[in-house]
Amino acid sequence: MRLTGFFIFAASVVLLPVLFPDNYFVTVVGIAAGLHVILAVGLNLLMGYAGQISLGHAAFFGMGAYASAILTTRFSWPSLLAMLAGLWVAGTIAWLLARPILRLRGHYLAMATLGFGIIIHVILVQAAHWTGGPDGLGEIPPLNLLGWTVDGDQQWYGVIAAAMLLSIWLSLNIVDSRIGRALRAVRGSEFAAQMMGIDATRAKTQIFVVSALFAACAGSLFAHQQAFVSPDSFSLMISVELVTMVVLGGMASTFGAACGAIALTLLHEGLVVFEDYEMLIHGALLMAVMIFLPQGLFAGVSQGVRRGWALIASRQRHKG
Amino acid sequence: MPSNAPDSLLTSGSSSLKNGEELLLEITGLNSHYGPVQVIHGISLSVHAGELVALVGGNGAGKTTLLHTLSSLHPPSAGTIRFDGHDITRWPSHRIVAAGICQVPEGRQVFAPLSVEDNLRLGAYRQHRNAGWIRHEMERVYHLFPILHERRQQLAGTLSGGQQQMLAIGRALLGRPRLLLLDEPSMGLAPLLVEEIFRVIVELNTQGVTILLVEQNARAALAIAGRGYILETGRIVKTAPASELLADDDVRRAYLGY
Repeated sequence: MRLTGFFIFAASVVLLPVLFPDNYFVTVVGIAAGLHVILAVGLNLLMGYAGQISLGHAAFFGMGAYASAILTTRFSWPSLLAMLAGLWVAGTIAWLLARPILRLRGHYLAMATLGFGIIIHVILVQAAHWTGGPDGLGEIPPLNLLGWTVDGDQQWYGVIAAAMLLSIWLSLNIVDSRIGRALRAVRGSEFAAQMMGIDATRAKTQIFVVSALFAACAGSLFAHQQAFVSPDSFSLMISVELVTMVVLGGMASTFGAACGAIALTLLHEGLVVFEDYEMLIHGALLMAVMIFLPQGLFAGVSQGVRRGWALIASRQRHKG
Repeated sequence: MPSNAPDSLLTSGSSSLKNGEELLLEITGLNSHYGPVQVIHGISLSVHAGELVALVGGNGAGKTTLLHTLSSLHPPSAGTIRFDGHDITRWPSHRIVAAGICQVPEGRQVFAPLSVEDNLRLGAYRQHRNAGWIRHEMERVYHLFPILHERRQQLAGTLSGGQQQMLAIGRALLGRPRLLLLDEPSMGLAPLLVEEIFRVIVELNTQGVTILLVEQNARAALAIAGRGYILETGRIVKTAPASELLADDDVRRAYLGY
């Protein structure tokens, strides 16, 4: 069942640019949506399975982006190495941040990451000598993967689609791994989980680090794809939006998070025509989804499809 | 302290009774508090390898607190717990599980949103073994409880109470327990199921699993145990071979109802 879903998703990702070549939505929106999917799928591991909220995920996204940007422009590092450095920095900081906090029960991580996200944003703005300040950092060289230089929207679509599918596949496997099972057990009954010898703090810390790595990886790709980074892309609002994607799509479901990310990205693009009223419609739609599809977009829609299918099937039987 | 007297009786009695058997668990002078309220008062208790020991007491006697303290889910305020020669009093719970103390919690506490198989896999969390080993151990559990094999893909939350109890026991067995702690396995089960569960407990014990059985159902527990402890308001008030406890007038009046 999980594999079928994955292959259907992968097939549509591959077919989209074939069916609509040079389509604005596929290349431009597709790239943005793909990055959002990586971010949301990573955040969902933390929110959906560890039951913790990160309100500073844009900071990890930014760390990956700025690591790539600074190391490749100022120090001429190869892009792949810079990306690995970004992953290392984000992972280490996530671990240092989570270890003391996740010992406590409750949403302390949300508070800590909120503060952390703001601090990182301030650093990005203030440390202008390194980051270029509010003006950002431009002329980031293109991504070079072992000799192949990624160039043009079509190729970028391919790279980001591959990274996105990889992140979904990784997430599905993590959920079904020893640590994923442990986290689901903690959600089921923390007491019994402890009796099984599950160290909940450790498992939550590990998943937080993984989640930060997903974000940093998306950040590196983002920096190279845009060839320009500025602090605006990593503000608190972006963190909140990522949380919204996960909740909108449906928590504790990898495909749910992916759907939430795609839906919210498309919504943004689609509502641009409404200009000043964009935020108004945006908010109203989110509220409607939460009221009528409390399980999230993915579960709600797939349930609706299944019900509709059953209805059609029963009508057919009556006719026959 | 009056609570110490029966313990010294027990230690001398059991050492002659269980000659040459290795002392697996030894609790000495254990105290436990919930805030300012002391729940466990200087409990001393021992279990030898291969034994089936019953700990019997009414509601609020401190049975579950004792087990939680044993598994380090609740910190002791005084006393020591020794397991297999190691002082495990301050060990974190995951280390205690790894050492071989596995608990079947009160009220079963299966992981409701997970499948039967995933529940069993979680029992082996501290084992760090390969999939083949886990599969093999699962087969042993399925042999013990065939109904779990039938339901292996089902979510644990959809099982009946008795099946959940079987799953909770199976899950603990996947941890390869050297000492199995059972917290009220008969709670809320129909008499026929209680019989079934107790039959399995005896079978496990004959297979060599050391068991500490905590029960309110004194009659059933003492009927299968080798030795028993009577716990009242956080103190051990009596300890003897189970057959003697079953014949004891005080015990009969208080716990057996005849």
